[in-house]
Amino acid sequence: MTSLPQNRTSKKLGLVIDLDVCVGCHACVISCKEWNTGGYGSALSDQNAYGADVSGTFLNRIHSFEVVPEGGQIIGEAGDARIVHFPKSCLHCEDAPCVTVCPTGASYKRSEDGIVLVDEDKCIGCGLCAWSCAYGAREMDLAAGVMKKCTLCVDRVYNETLEQEDRVPSCVRTCPVNARHFGDLGDPLSEVSLMVAERGGFDLMPEQNTRPTNKYLPPRPRTALSSVAPMIPLAENTDGARGFFSWLDKTLDKL
Amino acid sequence: MHPAFSMIIFTTLSGLGYGLAIVLGLGLFDPALVATKLAYIASLAFIGTGLLASLFHLGNPQRAWRALSQWRSSWLSREGVMAIATFVPLTLSAALAFFANRQDVALGLIAVLGSLTTVYCTSMIYGSLRTVDSWHTRLTPVCFISFSLAGGFLLASAFSTLLVLKLLSILLLLMALIVKMRWRNRSATLMPLSTPESATGLGFIGKVRLFERPHSLDNYLTREMGFRIARKHAAKLWIISLMSGIALPVVALLTAMALGPGIPAQLIMVIAVASHILGVLVERWLFFAEAKHAVMNYY
Repeated sequence: MTSLPQNRTSKKLGLVIDLDVCVGCHACVISCKEWNTGGYGSALSDQNAYGADVSGTFLNRIHSFEVVPEGGQIIGEAGDARIVHFPKSCLHCEDAPCVTVCPTGASYKRSEDGIVLVDEDKCIGCGLCAWSCAYGAREMDLAAGVMKKCTLCVDRVYNETLEQEDRVPSCVRTCPVNARHFGDLGDPLSEVSLMVAERGGFDLMPEQNTRPTNKYLPPRPRTALSSVAPMIPLAENTDGARGFFSWLDKTLDKL
Repeated sequence: MHPAFSMIIFTTLSGLGYGLAIVLGLGLFDPALVATKLAYIASLAFIGTGLLASLFHLGNPQRAWRALSQWRSSWLSREGVMAIATFVPLTLSAALAFFANRQDVALGLIAVLGSLTTVYCTSMIYGSLRTVDSWHTRLTPVCFISFSLAGGFLLASAFSTLLVLKLLSILLLLMALIVKMRWRNRSATLMPLSTPESATGLGFIGKVRLFERPHSLDNYLTREMGFRIARKHAAKLWIISLMSGIALPVVALLTAMALGPGIPAQLIMVIAVASHILGVLVERWLFFAEAKHAVMNYY
């Protein structure tokens, strides 16, 4: 049934992504592709993989944005322009339009934990769900002709054959700087929910009325270059010199 | 948005076919005439070709039957259900005309209702998408239905010498023109619902600009939602679509009325229909090619 589930549990599994610490290394992109090309559903194909015009299916992509504050074009004036690396995958929305537009019932949201999945045996590859998603979370696999999307590694998070620490999405497990966190955002006392409350986690495009589960943590205010600048002349100060260095300082001054 | 050829053909031809089905269902034709029988064939052929073309858009067309299951939530599913359901009164009406030279009022009205609903469902596939600002308006279904009716009455005029059909055609073509101009004016002046700032949530720091794409080359998203090719010709194509789709058919209708029934008038009507189809094809191309998708705020 592609209608959204009526009897939802309070469980809302999702990711919290910390834009303050992401360094844009793309490790999560690769580990996601590696795990999911051999896991749930058909492989994530590449087209023309060794040619000039290479492209492929990815469930997680990293964008890099430059953010310039008003007047920030001049260094030290009004805060500086900064680069923010921005990982983006399915947000497992509460009101997921990709689910309701699906004509076949292939696209669905699980009532038990809120994960949005595609049943690839039912998918006809019409692409309407990708059109309905403002976040670009869905990509048609050109080899299989079915829609691919982040499964929140549903084949890892409940997998009892894996060690406990591996029962998180592949991207979370692999992130070298801990920019990605996995947990139950429906539980206000979970680690991820506390993190969101403390850091002021936000939704992407709230105006699209999708109520995303995944949250993003804002970059912390940066130390402005202008506040660091006065330290530089201090390096020329020799007031603290003693003993041999004090003598050398005075001698050199006299020359 | 990427203007898929199959989608353009589908919406243009099926819209035209349903428009003609509406005229036939209203009982404006004498079912005993050969022209009426030909009109039924034309209507079914246009609808059938359009629906077949839409299947070419699918990654796995062999499972298309599954698309009939989710009519509770999906406009695409509703469209599929209505298209198939409308074939029933339509083919029955055609059979009655062919074999009994009869027109059944109730059956005809059911076909009219079915055709209108199907075109409405088609338009709502696009009109219901919040992610595409220019499509997300009540005017989108009004445009689709107006063009379907205008095309249907124009096509019907080519099969009949009834003066009222030609007069209604002119009226409906002008209505379609006004509605479409309002639609296009809206999309030219609207403020986008989402911006790079709201898409990233970084607006509190300042102006957001893409520094580096996720991958150096295109992907499914940029090909499907980020279509830009030939947008620079949009203004010229818009004029061409109006000239070919509306102006020329109106002039042709007036000429045909002036000439009165005969071969020359008939020829002019055929040209008018061909010109109208070309115009609507261009209009649909623009409908897709000019539409901007919210995901492009990330690119």
